[in-house]
Amino acid sequence: MTGWVIILATGLGTLLLRSSFTVFVGDRKMPDTLTRALRFVPAAVMTALVTPAVFLVDGGLDLTFDNLRWPAALVAAIVAWKTTNIAYTIAVGMVTLWLAQAFL
Amino acid sequence: MIAIIPFGLIVGITAAKVGFGPVLGIGASAIVFAGASQLAAMALYADQAAIIVAVATALVINARFVMYSAALRTHLQHAPAPARIALSYLMTDQAFALSIVDFPPQPPDEVRPNRHWFYVGVAFPLFVDWMITTAIGYAAGAAVPDSWGLEFAVVLVFLALIFPAVTDRPSVVAALAAGVTAVAASSLPYRLGLPVAAVVGIAAGVIAERRLA
Repeated sequence: MTGWVIILATGLGTLLLRSSFTVFVGDRKMPDTLTRALRFVPAAVMTALVTPAVFLVDGGLDLTFDNLRWPAALVAAIVAWKTTNIAYTIAVGMVTLWLAQAFL
Repeated sequence: MIAIIPFGLIVGITAAKVGFGPVLGIGASAIVFAGASQLAAMALYADQAAIIVAVATALVINARFVMYSAALRTHLQHAPAPARIALSYLMTDQAFALSIVDFPPQPPDEVRPNRHWFYVGVAFPLFVDWMITTAIGYAAGAAVPDSWGLEFAVVLVFLALIFPAVTDRPSVVAALAAGVTAVAASSLPYRLGLPVAAVVGIAAGVIAERRLA
């Protein structure tokens, strides 16, 4: 039930965001501040999703090799940076994590 | 087309893993049709975050569509209003990137009236691709053992999406500020750390741009 509410509300909200200018606002120009702010949304949000999942273990910062996610993410980040390819990033990141878990 | 296949698979697998039924798990890809926000919403659902936080986080991720909507407006204006809603629904990062290249900037009156069909030709196959890969991922999800740690693949999807977004120094500042804040604010209740970090990152980017200009 909670899942349905989240997905339906996200879907409706997302459609409104997508339609904002094509359907509703029409010819009026976007406020300058909004244009400037929106430009940073992907960089800010994606990084905010990654860092806690990579650096935190049970709510605490763990930069030791007990936490193998950060070295795996580091290797994957180099691949992501060089290729910007999601498939390569997933493949290299997962294999690095599995190998590190097996050998460290 | 090829690039979204692993993305769709991960979304489908995640839907199965967080316990969404098949109708919701696969239907979410049609209802939301925006992978990064679906992954974030499902992760927050699995973490038992407040509904409002899950939805707000997903919508912050999708705020970029406002930017695309403004950029595509003149190119879709010749379609009737109901069709424009359908065209907007099909809006994705890839459809925007591919169609804006073919739509050179020009005065609106010179835009050919059937240009939106080019956009449909780019956007609709992506939708079909998305639905098929989500369904395959969902079907496979139950067979994927937990020991594979596939929730880390979700993190890697987000990681891969950082780099195309970080194009200049202000966007690097935005990313770093958001990343540090997300770690520092992770103990906030209701998983509020994420939306807070996003806002801090965006503000840092705007300020950095002003300082560096």
